[in-house]
Amino acid sequence: MAAIPTDELKIIDQFGPHLAFSGGKRLDPGVKADKLVKTHCCFCGQQCGIQLKVKDNQVIGFEPWDEFPFNRGMLCPKGVKRYLQVSHTDRLLHALQRDPGAPGGFRDIGYDQAIGQVAGAIQQIQSKHGNDAFAVLTGASLTTEKAYLMGKFARVCLKTANIDYNGRLCMVSAGAANKKAFGIDRAANPWKDILGAQVVWISGANVAECAPITTNYIWQAREHGAKVIVVDPRITPIARTCDLFLPIKPGRDAALFAGVLNLMIEHDWLDHDFINNHTAGFDQLAQSVREWTPQKTAEVTGISEKLIRRAAEWWGTAKSSFLLHARGIEHHSHGVQNCLGAINIVLASGRIGRANCGYSTITGQANGQGGREHGQKCDQLPGGRDISNPEHRAFIAKVWGIDEKEMPGPGVDAYEIFRKIDRGEIKGLLSICFNPKVSLPDNNFIAKALSKLEFYVAIDFFLNETARHADIVLPGSLQEEDEGTVTQTEGRVIKINKAVECPGDAREDWKTIQAIAKALGRPHGLSFQSPAEIFAELRIASKGGICDYSGITYEKIEKQYGVCWPCPSDDHPGTPRLFEPGSWNPIAKGAGPFYFPDGRAHFNVAAYLPPTEEVDEEFPLMLTTGRVVSQFLSGTQTRRIGPLVEQYPEPRIEMHPILAAKLGIADRDWATAESRRGSITLRAQVVTTIRPDTIFIPYHWAGRKSANQLTISAQDPISKIPEYKVCAARLKKAGAPPQYSVELEAQQ
Amino acid sequence: MVPQTNNFYIDPSRCIGCQACVQACGECDTHKGHPMIHLEFLDRAHSTQTTPVVCMHYEDPTCAKVCPADAIKKTDDGVVQSARKPRCIACSNCVLACPFGVPKMKSEFELMMKCDMCYDRTSEGKRPMCATVCPSQALFFGTKEEIQQLRLRSRPVNEFVFGRETVRTKVFMMIPKESPVEHVDVTAAMNFGAGARRIRLSILQTDAAADVMTAGMYAEAAP
Repeated sequence: MAAIPTDELKIIDQFGPHLAFSGGKRLDPGVKADKLVKTHCCFCGQQCGIQLKVKDNQVIGFEPWDEFPFNRGMLCPKGVKRYLQVSHTDRLLHALQRDPGAPGGFRDIGYDQAIGQVAGAIQQIQSKHGNDAFAVLTGASLTTEKAYLMGKFARVCLKTANIDYNGRLCMVSAGAANKKAFGIDRAANPWKDILGAQVVWISGANVAECAPITTNYIWQAREHGAKVIVVDPRITPIARTCDLFLPIKPGRDAALFAGVLNLMIEHDWLDHDFINNHTAGFDQLAQSVREWTPQKTAEVTGISEKLIRRAAEWWGTAKSSFLLHARGIEHHSHGVQNCLGAINIVLASGRIGRANCGYSTITGQANGQGGREHGQKCDQLPGGRDISNPEHRAFIAKVWGIDEKEMPGPGVDAYEIFRKIDRGEIKGLLSICFNPKVSLPDNNFIAKALSKLEFYVAIDFFLNETARHADIVLPGSLQEEDEGTVTQTEGRVIKINKAVECPGDAREDWKTIQAIAKALGRPHGLSFQSPAEIFAELRIASKGGICDYSGITYEKIEKQYGVCWPCPSDDHPGTPRLFEPGSWNPIAKGAGPFYFPDGRAHFNVAAYLPPTEEVDEEFPLMLTTGRVVSQFLSGTQTRRIGPLVEQYPEPRIEMHPILAAKLGIADRDWATAESRRGSITLRAQVVTTIRPDTIFIPYHWAGRKSANQLTISAQDPISKIPEYKVCAARLKKAGAPPQYSVELEAQQ
Repeated sequence: MVPQTNNFYIDPSRCIGCQACVQACGECDTHKGHPMIHLEFLDRAHSTQTTPVVCMHYEDPTCAKVCPADAIKKTDDGVVQSARKPRCIACSNCVLACPFGVPKMKSEFELMMKCDMCYDRTSEGKRPMCATVCPSQALFFGTKEEIQQLRLRSRPVNEFVFGRETVRTKVFMMIPKESPVEHVDVTAAMNFGAGARRIRLSILQTDAAADVMTAGMYAEAAP
């Protein structure tokens, strides 16, 4: 029974989101901190270094950490105010049981009793419907230790194939493309290689709002003479002062890259030596892009031919360069093709594997990198190993001390898990660090599926919108309340240090997971006493794999300000830059710098296909979604931090004045956007910084303010990433303000 | 004392509007909970251009000149401090006189507070909160040598002409290396009326910004 227990307004009243502001010790300049804890931000994949000020087991503020080399004290507003999530009034202090009669629909129960009920429900569902009828959903904000543990818990304890994670919404298109082209999924270069690049190409990355610290690297490159090319349907803050802005139609990136490559070939802006000596598949690719004339590229992408030619010339003739992309090209039903298109123009230029010549996706979540390497993905085992590969299975089965035959095979992706729930194939769910009711597309379907579960247990520190459906809620740990490693956007493994103890009955997530295993009577391999013990096993499990952490220790991380994997031995310093000439890797074994047996990078034909849902007379606009700088993902944390909510309180529909005038909508008017899946009424923001055929809504809000009521659940066939960045929509002026505007606070 | 070798530089062309400066300002011990910096969207309808506004710390501060109680003092290092509590009569003269809207009247304390360059930090050799956290380094605090080495395309200026008045400030603005300093003629801007934002500083994007979107689009697709 996983329906919402009572009226949502009552749940909100009890559990929030409410806003926290500074007060008490946090405002008193006379209070001196007991200690400063060097750690990292809890939000995005940049993982800025920060020092938390701690007084009496409370985080009272922060002090910049000037020495940490990636950000040298710099922080975005989220990092500055993140300490307000600690000691929050909405913090879950006890285990909760669904109780429609209780205020807010949940009542406190004892921790051990809750664990017992969870174990009983798992046992019942699995014995009745089979092991795979119980699924696990996890997140990429978990430390790598926890991510590793979740994979092991699912495969060894629950023996279910159905585990997946919210990196499915984030990194998988880039990851799949990187594996196809390079044989490895990691940033090819450290960010310092941006500084000396002559051309910085940014496709579909709102750098200033989603990865603010990267801005300074780009501006610094420009000080040295770099030209900055930005491809985006919106003039984002990073685009405002770029040298060349290409206002692309959402979802047409593969076409643009094909057009650029075609011009590179036509003008012979190619590195023939590199292509001949270090790559495979160029001739077939060259054949495939021949049809992408500048005229056709312009027609499809919606960018003027002149600008496409100029971009190709700047890119083609540069001596050094760095190409960055993010969710703007990845969140598509052909996201992998878009990424492959980007990689193709990098490989054709030969500008990779050396100083000032680089390529990378910009990782979104805190542990977007580490969280996708060690086994919480449905098809993967630790060390970046493949769950379908017999050798990989045998290796990990040995580390885990289990019979390989007992290890489940590949499961399905996070969205498919909900389709299976809807079809009645999955009956029970455990979720941690994932808020799919806000973050998955077409989320009215997600709410419907959640209501069909026989049993749902959520582990979280706040009662997020999805957890409102839970039968049992277990109070988990905030990032500040535990230690472990994460791997940030450059592939640098860094250490999160504990600042405060878990409050009340809350405890570190790894303890909770192990308590469930114990209560199930299946504690094998799940009796770690500390994150350090988990990391020690993870090092062994990753040894010899592509994501080799075996030479990384907590001590080495502290000493070096992080260690970039692969780091295959104790005396190895780590690998900040991949693909350097002459470099060795376990796949090529010296044959070349890329991670294939022949050591060569692979060109891939990156076919252009239009978005799944093209515009038509009924739905004539393209809807695209994204982030604002003061909020993070589904807002479970940031919609509870007062100063961040005040900075951008509620979502708005961004539209061009030409479109607004046609529909009679003025700035700040209420407007209704509709798709085939849902409708949303928000205030209009009328700006010339967006294409007139496109509207934009940020996605951090829940319920009737959730942009994902409208988005489409179409997925990339390879990566299974949903198509958040384009669907067909229509827009009209709203007749009246929406009901929620009088019922809810901005963040609710 | 703030070491004389350390200077404050503002480069609005780098500003991304993230408000990390505003959020961090309120974390400084001299004005905890009270951000003294503000961020301006110049013309959001047509651009994402923003600019952070801190106290420029005039050589001859207007706020101090108009203070009837002589409550606003500049320390020897050139930092214009918040009003002194025993003297401030909360008259708001300074608030009205400052051309940048920097001083804030805090009615709960009956005291004018303003950006003091995070005096608790800068007087100990640290950087101010805003310039430390700024992710785009639109706000920079450091030495002349550092700024020269880092900002090859621009140069610092701290002398501004408003009408017939020349103002020298402790804080520097970064302007393009080759560009002349544009002197702001306030009366000329007034002729355009309040709605038309024709004030143009060469450090900002030109007024062609409004057309960047549609000018870059494929003609058939353009409206």
